[in-house]
Amino acid sequence: MDPLLSVRGLTKRYGGVQALAGVDLEVRPGEVHALVGENGAGKSTLLKILSGAVRPDSGDLRFAGAPLPVGSPRASETCGIVTIYQEFTLIPALTATQNIFLGHETSVPGRGAARRAAMRARTASLVADLLGQTGGSGGLDPDRPVRELSVPERQMVEIARALSRESRLILMDEPTATLTTQETARLHETVRRLRARGVSVLYISHRLEEVLSLADRVTILRDGRRVETVGAGEATLDRLIRGMVGRSITEHYSKEPAARGEPLLEIRPAVGLPVRVAAGEVVGLAGLVGSGRTELVRAVFGVEGRPGLALTWCGRPLRVTTPRQAIRLGIGMVPEDRQGQGLVLGLGVDVNIALPNLDRLLAGWLPARGGVRRLAEPLIRDLRIRLADPSHPVRSLSGGNQQKVVLAKWLARRSRLLILDEPTRGIDVGAKQEMYRLMNQVVRDGKGILLISSDLPEVIAMSDRLCVMRRHQVVAELDARTASPETVMAHATGLAR
Amino acid sequence: MSRRLLRDYGSLLGLLLIGAVLSLLSDRFLTASNLINVARQVSINAIVAAGMTIVIITGGIDLSVGSTIALAGCAALLVARPAGDVVGMLAGIVVAAGVGLLNGALIAWGRVPPFITTLATMTVVRGAALVLTHGEPIVKTTGPYLWLGQAVIGPIPVPILLMIVTLLAAHWFLSRTRWGTYVYAVGGNAEAARLAGISVAGIQILVYVLGGVLAGLAGLVLAARLSSAQPNTGVGFELDAIAAVVLGGTSLMGGEGTIWGTVVGAFIIGVLNNGFNLMNVSPFYQLIAKGGVIVLAVLVDQAIKAGAGRSGPAASSEDRGEQRAHSG
Repeated sequence: MDPLLSVRGLTKRYGGVQALAGVDLEVRPGEVHALVGENGAGKSTLLKILSGAVRPDSGDLRFAGAPLPVGSPRASETCGIVTIYQEFTLIPALTATQNIFLGHETSVPGRGAARRAAMRARTASLVADLLGQTGGSGGLDPDRPVRELSVPERQMVEIARALSRESRLILMDEPTATLTTQETARLHETVRRLRARGVSVLYISHRLEEVLSLADRVTILRDGRRVETVGAGEATLDRLIRGMVGRSITEHYSKEPAARGEPLLEIRPAVGLPVRVAAGEVVGLAGLVGSGRTELVRAVFGVEGRPGLALTWCGRPLRVTTPRQAIRLGIGMVPEDRQGQGLVLGLGVDVNIALPNLDRLLAGWLPARGGVRRLAEPLIRDLRIRLADPSHPVRSLSGGNQQKVVLAKWLARRSRLLILDEPTRGIDVGAKQEMYRLMNQVVRDGKGILLISSDLPEVIAMSDRLCVMRRHQVVAELDARTASPETVMAHATGLAR
Repeated sequence: MSRRLLRDYGSLLGLLLIGAVLSLLSDRFLTASNLINVARQVSINAIVAAGMTIVIITGGIDLSVGSTIALAGCAALLVARPAGDVVGMLAGIVVAAGVGLLNGALIAWGRVPPFITTLATMTVVRGAALVLTHGEPIVKTTGPYLWLGQAVIGPIPVPILLMIVTLLAAHWFLSRTRWGTYVYAVGGNAEAARLAGISVAGIQILVYVLGGVLAGLAGLVLAARLSSAQPNTGVGFELDAIAAVVLGGTSLMGGEGTIWGTVVGAFIIGVLNNGFNLMNVSPFYQLIAKGGVIVLAVLVDQAIKAGAGRSGPAASSEDRGEQRAHSG
């Protein structure tokens, strides 16, 4: 069978970094082809070249037998290549329908109001198609502005946008990173339906289990080179990991026990069960996206108020109205949105680490620079943050290293309780291992962790106890050693009694 | 880091180039007296632009500085009459700080966008200056107050010294204090700054107060130089200050920028004015040429950045910034 897409000897260099060093890739018609590799392996660069956002230095690209024009998103789209990026590209003020047909409004017949009605109808049918005819819940209003939609809903709009055009190849960059198990299953269903229609999908994911269950073939990238392309039959978890990191990671999760100390935090909401975290333990907050996990921890950190929430900190009643108060008490938070909330991307790594510490570090008027460096350097070393120079902007780091910088802020502050909201989202296998190692180290040092994760095996393996949330209430507390993903899901969806 | 260096040296190179061309075209340009003259003319804009740089790094803008210049000068001379020159100076600064405080409070607590807030206070403050003076200039021909604008220490006029002190202080504030770091953090990512325990509202109020105080200082110097305070002075000064900041490579999107760049930007504008005057270019053509130079400088800056291997997002954000500069 002739390949739909054929790439030969693709290279791309950014400044001093060789992002791609002669990559070959073939995607067949009607194939789900997964692209795996650690952050910085060149997956996203490859995708950006195919979508026309980035121009390659050299290489031969052919699509459906003809040379593919490079460096023009418009040309790639005309060929039938549509991209769903990791960072959403929707325009918040426009409605779902307007976003879906943005730039190709004229493809819908009719004029004025008739065309708008046709677009809305088409949006509704696309969304219904995505949800599967059976899934009646969670329909999407075509006239809602995107800014009012949740993350999975926005993603649905992105995919509907791709489907609304005559797409032959859909590029997906980490589409399930922000989805819950249910939503992920729904997306997989959509991808399979696309395949059945003869559409090819090039799929980037860090969730290797997902890759194994979904992909027809898998291409492994490492340091800008292709390691190998394996068919679904021969691909195993171990083979993928070995290809990606160049070694075999035997144990996936490695929670180490730590001595449990004094109680740190107690959250008693008006309704539902309380959440207690003691020194030396990890308490997991499980639940579906939208079950109120993030809102709960944001209230604890003083980001947004929540009436009826009684907090106790080290045995004393606690009132926090600003993050600054929470930080002074010894609470640190690694927020869900690393780049949007956790980091100032344009500032140096050292400055980012020092940011919540400057009030301690300096009595105000004293010169800052030496102190910032002295504070940051041991942490950069301990956390093995890979960088050229501590003063380089955080933007230049890979996702996993960026996440370590967020964590380093609170280690520098010697926070006694760390709130980790999706700490391993969108980071690669090696960096996840590092994150687990650091979590173990944190609890061994007698600190507590409140962990939110939508990755069920992860949150079960890394926690001592699990609190499951549903509809903004804690509905169950489970022992993490005996909990199974099924029981957690049952509580999260309300099936358990 | 190397990109930033290239950028700074880029605008400095532009300044030297303009200087070189002018020294070929006019033999009066490259003389000590003319250069001191240029520096004195630049001093007022540079002092205002230092404050503007700090405001813009937080992602804000201050359109009210031109009016604040007028109000501070008028208030100073009005108070100086009965209360003495030193009290007058203090009064001018306090009034200007008050304008900044009003701006900052509206922006930080009232959540009114900076552009709208300062557009409104620009009008209000101008009106206040006119009310205070009944629309008449206040003349001041004697007294120590005039020292601010007219005295010379050695060969250097006092306004130039004030400019140097202001610029050094602003640079030190931004690069050596934690509040300076907070300024960059708020401009780079206000939400991350808040979650790091920084009082974003506090920083916003601080920068508008600083911007107001520096505009007030410029107003005092201007009134002293002219021996009178005019309620109608300073119109359009905010645009010169913003132009200097932009020419200096500070992003109007916030999060980055340097005082050093702004100094070069202010001098580019000053040297151009001076050169045009030396060559007897009509003021009408001067305006056209100045606007052209600003666009040209930003275009060259884009080209340098593209050459340094930067792609898409940064360039497009600069585009937006540029548009804002021109609509403002």
